[in-house]
Formats: sequence, structure tokens, C-alpha cells
Amino acid sequence: MTDVRMSGINTEACFQCQKCSAGCPVALHMDYKPHQVMQMLALGMHDRLLACRTIWVCASCYTCSTRCPNDIDVAGVMDRLRQTALRDGVAPAEKDVPLFHRAFLDSIRAYGRVHELSMIARYKMATHRYFDDMKLGLRMFTKGKLKLLPSRIVDRSRIKAMFSRDVQSKERV
Amino acid sequence: MKASYYPGCALHGTALEYDESAKAVSRALDVELHELPDWSCCGASSAHATDETLAFDLASRNLAIARAQGMDLVVPCAACYSRLKSAESKLDGDQPAASSKTRVRDLLEFFFTSGLVDVIAERNTRPLAGLKLACYYGCLLVRPPKMTGARHHEYPEEMDKLMELLGAQVVPWSYKTDCCGGSLVLTKTNIVLELTRRLLDQAKKAGAEAIVVACPLCQSNLDSRQEEIARKTGEHYQLPIFYFTELVGVALSLQDARKWFKRHFVNPSGLLASKGLL
Repeated sequence: MTDVRMSGINTEACFQCQKCSAGCPVALHMDYKPHQVMQMLALGMHDRLLACRTIWVCASCYTCSTRCPNDIDVAGVMDRLRQTALRDGVAPAEKDVPLFHRAFLDSIRAYGRVHELSMIARYKMATHRYFDDMKLGLRMFTKGKLKLLPSRIVDRSRIKAMFSRDVQSKERV
Repeated sequence: MKASYYPGCALHGTALEYDESAKAVSRALDVELHELPDWSCCGASSAHATDETLAFDLASRNLAIARAQGMDLVVPCAACYSRLKSAESKLDGDQPAASSKTRVRDLLEFFFTSGLVDVIAERNTRPLAGLKLACYYGCLLVRPPKMTGARHHEYPEEMDKLMELLGAQVVPWSYKTDCCGGSLVLTKTNIVLELTRRLLDQAKKAGAEAIVVACPLCQSNLDSRQEEIARKTGEHYQLPIFYFTELVGVALSLQDARKWFKRHFVNPSGLLASKGLL
């Protein structure tokens, strides 16, 4: 698991106190609890980790990282696992979450900022969740909270370069 | 007083009233907020969940612009604050503050570090007497404390102090920093409904008439999902969810307040009117 190892996060310091799992607000929805993820890393169960539900359900609230008595950035580990899973093309156990991320990042790549209306449309097309939150969206629109047109930054070429440079840096790893 | 201002995408969209009230309050307090020229998205959860390098690049572009401006960078959105702060700690490494005089500050922190709270206390023309509030900080304003510098990350008190200063009554409760589910709202909606329901339940149980927040995601999740929760559980909360800047605006008797409240799903005007505050 190069990403986790390269991040410098010392997962081997875990002594299984389970404080991370006890405080995790979404642990009930995970297939492996955060402390189990730490143990699975130690045991080298990488394939199972990259395909698990846990990494996509994690809300990145940092309660685990904050409370760990051994200062392990557990939320940071979740990030690295998600990143590795995507790069290695592992089929995600929660497929809508990475599709949302893609729609979100596509919006940044295009405009430099997120345009909510087109981002949500793109996400709905990808997931076929067309009718979710329709009423809510309409009310947001009438309240002026969803803009019809995107706001574009001037230096979009810089943003595009970040996205393409990133592909290169990945290839180097 | 001057500072750079990073609104972020949400404050130009779903959290418009946070942007409007933050600016109106700053104007009333004689603070010049200069919107960061050509700012771009901080990357949010989607960048750090998928790509470490991209997450840093997106956030640090804004930081570089802010450092060229030479003023503190004030960030109202807790999620943007977290990403920009993360880039700041990566750039500074072991020498915080040494490399630049520009610091990333969340808006609430800025009110305290710049002495604005004292000015607010002086100009508080309409004390929020009789209003019972639960202050909700959420995750990213305080965690991880190594990065945010939060002194009391499990039970922060800055927002409570500010609300008390405005004359409101704050209720003690144990859910100040529990997660609302954040950006899972569009993907794992049921998880967000479960988490927000618990927060609404607990705030109500603590005796609060409204919740105060400093994050567009917290506000949206708590405010816009109450109807859906009522449909599913039969529990009607009707709890207004304020941005803290809106309540500062009310206490300063700013005329725009009604306009901000029209953007809410649970309109707080009734509650405020019943206390003679609007």
C-alpha cells in the first residue's frame, strides 16, 4: 500500500484501543470499523481494504485522527485508501460517492469554481438518481441559491494544468 | 481594518445569505474585506478524497494570491478554511508564521483576534434577549486541532461567548462538534438524515429555539432537510438555523436581515418577531 506508507502516517503505532471506532459518527454504516482498517493494514489485507464500503462512507470529520492516543491520522489513511482504489481502478463498494467527486472536480476543471446546478445535473446523469431532491432543488433555485450560469475564473489554464500535471506526477510514482 | 476575503463557491451559491451577512456586518464594523482576486475553488472533500497533489495545488493557489496581497485571509466557510489551513501547514512545515505574515483565519476567529467582538459589544443596539440558542461548530472549524489551533476542540466556546455578548442565552449541549454528514448529503442521504436528526433532537432537548452555525454544509443539511425528516418520522422541528453573522447583524439592527432570512428553508422571522427582534 504505497500511498499509505508514503504518506508517513505511522499506522503501526495502533494498539487497537478502538477509540477511533467508538467516536466515528458513521461506523454503523461501515463494513470494517476504523480500528479494523488499521489492523488490516498491518496484516497486509490490501485488496479487501480497497474494495470495502468503509473508505467511501467515511465523512472526513477527523474525530478519529483527533482522538487517537498514538497520533495516527486515521482520516488521512482513509484518503490514501480512496486515492489508491481510484488509481488502481478498483470497483467501489459505494459507487455514487466517487461519481459525485468526479462531477465536482469536473466543474472545478471547467470553471475554476464549482457551479452547483451543472455539477448536480452531471452527477444525476452518472447515477441515474434523476428525481432525488427535485423539490428541494427547485426551492433552492427560487431562493436564488442555485445560479443558472457558472462563475468562471480568469486563470483557468492554471487550473487545467493542475489537473494534467497531476496525471503526470501519478505516473511517476 | 483590512483583510483578504475568500468567499468560496458555496457563499456565492447555496450559502448566499452567509456571504451577504458577513459582508454587511463587516461593513457595519468598519472592516474592509477585499475579495481575493480571481480566487478558485479550494478543492473541498472531492479533491482530498481522490488526489493528494491536486488537493494541495488547488488550495495553495489561493494561498499564494493571499500572500501576495499581504493581509490575513479571512474564510467564512469551515470547509474551505480546513483546506486552506491544510495547505498553509504543509507550506510552513515546522515553522508556522515564520514564512509569511498572512494567516488563514476563520471568520469567527477573526472576530476575536482582531478585537471586533469589543466593537460588536459597543454597537449592540438590539440585544438578543430571551433567545435560546444552541451553538453548533461541526467538524472542520475545530478539527484536527493540530491544524486549526482550537484550544477546546471537544467543547469549543467562542461562538457561545459571542452569542452571550449579543445578549442571547446559550444552552449547554454535548453535540457541538458532532458531524452532520457534510458532503455525503447527495450520495449517502440517509446517513445525513440520521445525523442531522440527532442534532436537531438534541438541540431541542437542550431547550434551544434555534441553532447557530459557521459552515454552509452544516446550515444546509440542518435547515433544508427538516421537512424530509418530518415526512419520515412525524417529528416537526421548525428549528431555524442561523449563520452567526446573521445574528450579529440582527443585534446591530442591520436592515438587510429580512432579506437573508427569506433564503432559509425554516424562516427565522417568526421566532425573532416573537422576541421583538425584527
